[in-house]
Amino acid sequence: MHPFLGGIVTIIIGVGSCVGYFYFSNLILDKVIFPATGPNPGRNINRANQWRPWLFLFPAIFVLTLYLVYPVLGSFLRSLYNRSGEEFVGLGNYATLLASQEFRTAFLNNLLWVVVVPAGATFFGLLAAQLTDKLRWGNIAKSLIFMPMAISFVGASLIWKFVYAVDPDIGLINAVRASLFGAEPVDVLQIPFWNNFFLMFILIWIQTGFAMVILSAALRGIPEETIEAAIIDGANPFQIFFKIKVPQIMGTIVVVWTTITILVLKVFDIVYAMTGGNFGTEILPSYMMSFMFRDDGRATAVAFVIMIVVLPVMISNIVQARKEMR
Amino acid sequence: MDNIAGQKSGLSIATNVAVVVMVLIWLIPTVGLLVSSFRDRDQISASGWWQAPFSVELTFRGRTASDAVQDGDTWVVSGNIFEAPEVQEAFGAGEGTVTGFSTSAFTPGEHPAGVTADLGDGESLRVDPDGSYEFRSPEEPGNRGQRVYFSANTPPQFTLANYRQVLTADNMDRAFINTLTVTVPATIIPILIAAFAAYALAWMDFPGRGWLIAAVVGLLVVPLQLALVPMLNFHNQVGIGQSFLGIWFAHTAFGMPLAVYLLRNYMVGLPRDIIESAKVDGATDFQVFTKIVLPLSLPALAAFSIFQFLWTWNDLLVAKVFLPSNDEAKVMTVKIADDLLGSRGGDWGILATAAFVSIAVPLVVFFTMQRFLVRGLLAGSVK
Repeated sequence: MHPFLGGIVTIIIGVGSCVGYFYFSNLILDKVIFPATGPNPGRNINRANQWRPWLFLFPAIFVLTLYLVYPVLGSFLRSLYNRSGEEFVGLGNYATLLASQEFRTAFLNNLLWVVVVPAGATFFGLLAAQLTDKLRWGNIAKSLIFMPMAISFVGASLIWKFVYAVDPDIGLINAVRASLFGAEPVDVLQIPFWNNFFLMFILIWIQTGFAMVILSAALRGIPEETIEAAIIDGANPFQIFFKIKVPQIMGTIVVVWTTITILVLKVFDIVYAMTGGNFGTEILPSYMMSFMFRDDGRATAVAFVIMIVVLPVMISNIVQARKEMR
Repeated sequence: MDNIAGQKSGLSIATNVAVVVMVLIWLIPTVGLLVSSFRDRDQISASGWWQAPFSVELTFRGRTASDAVQDGDTWVVSGNIFEAPEVQEAFGAGEGTVTGFSTSAFTPGEHPAGVTADLGDGESLRVDPDGSYEFRSPEEPGNRGQRVYFSANTPPQFTLANYRQVLTADNMDRAFINTLTVTVPATIIPILIAAFAAYALAWMDFPGRGWLIAAVVGLLVVPLQLALVPMLNFHNQVGIGQSFLGIWFAHTAFGMPLAVYLLRNYMVGLPRDIIESAKVDGATDFQVFTKIVLPLSLPALAAFSIFQFLWTWNDLLVAKVFLPSNDEAKVMTVKIADDLLGSRGGDWGILATAAFVSIAVPLVVFFTMQRFLVRGLLAGSVK
């Protein structure tokens, strides 16, 4: 069967069985297990209502547990075994990683990514949000800056591959260098250390729109009176921005920053498509993929290192969510 | 708010300029890709896409005609080099301009156009800018004509040839369908599951609800990488292996935390009165959900489906791991990253076209549904 047909059949079966599950499980609960008739109708209704949330939640909890909770444990256990998965090596995989120069490069590069990309995207996003705020064509400008959000990381890498290309008849950067300074073409992706920044810029380019949209809404939510008061007190536009507006949207800036930080730790596509991890541009997600299908033990060890890096953000998010619910 | 009397104009010009610059930086690379995808392959490597509307100097290899006319001691071959069969295609109706010519492949533009070049042995050749040439030789030339290498400005050429090649010869059509096959079920099914869960977390009271919500928030940030090895092994053990079924499950699960979180945040904000009065009137939770909450949550459902659609369409990681790596099952991102970038690294026209084919659908979705997308982002991040 053609997979596309399979897809349609799956949609029908999948959607049908989901709807069927929810409908019939409720029906059974109400009519068969705890019917609202018989000696204790009131008690039965209450008991049915105690059970119902779990009927609603079951499919979601099931897939979440299987695909996201279990792997945390499963990956950790797997990382304690060797390549074939037969021999227990304890923390051996982690020791090998720490000893490897490549891992250290990937780790340090990743730290760089985690600092530079969220900072860059938030900065440009805030800039764009503030500048377009009062512009007549602001919405068009925003929509164009937001557009890269829709483009895949692979697509974006290709787009920038054209910009970074060595051939001055293809690469914009080298064309500009050649026409302005008459400089020889360079491959920016092979300049040690700085090539990382050229890769990071691609992700900044994608994520700025996200930061802009959220920060722009936050800027609009600032009470007018605070700004009017500052104007009356003689504050200049820069003071208004940095001393009145930014402090009031600090909470949102933090949210944007952490969201992008999390994303950075997932993105392996850009490095994979642009340099394949060569020229000292490896980061943890791409380093992990280089072991995928070859050495599950080390692959899971790298994945677990990423998890450890994410952990503080995760805990602070949970604490924050608990606080908001109270 | 920034318009303080006396300062406005200067600042507003600066603002406009800054925004224009930023928009240009954000837009130009994509425009370059789009323009490149429509350009002729030879022109791409000869001039930058920003010069696409202008003529391009390319070098060609042609041959004079072979029917010579005797003129005293010499034989004369004349005609128009643009009409040589090898180069005909590159020139429209006499639109090219010859800038130089030669009979050697190493120095194709050696002699400027319009000058009579001495080729030695009494032979001479002249090619005029309009392409007409005159070849003189003391002996009767053979029936193959004289080789002429020349450089000429060719008119800008836009073509759909790249698209034809990508969609027919490069299996990209198959990849497109595969991407669609992965994306559609992986977008629809999680919404349904998440909507029920979100309703339970928003409007039903049961012990442990707070902890479940916190768990969802925590799972939002669990790195996908952790799931790859254990779940692929699991799929292999239960017999799904690397297949579309597996990737549908995987995408459903990986999208679930965001779906539940977004939808719950939205549903909590629905007016309590409506839901309570429906319950007072005897509606069951199932009815409240399907008849009231679900229709009211359409904006949030739309927002999440756009997210999930973009995410699954653009995904490379999950597809690389959970789909088989043969050509029949490759999605577009894998196709581009592994096949085209690897083996066809130099064929810029094909690369640009393939990339554009893969980003066209998300761009359409993005520009038509932008409103919902923005709303969804805001629901997820700003309280």
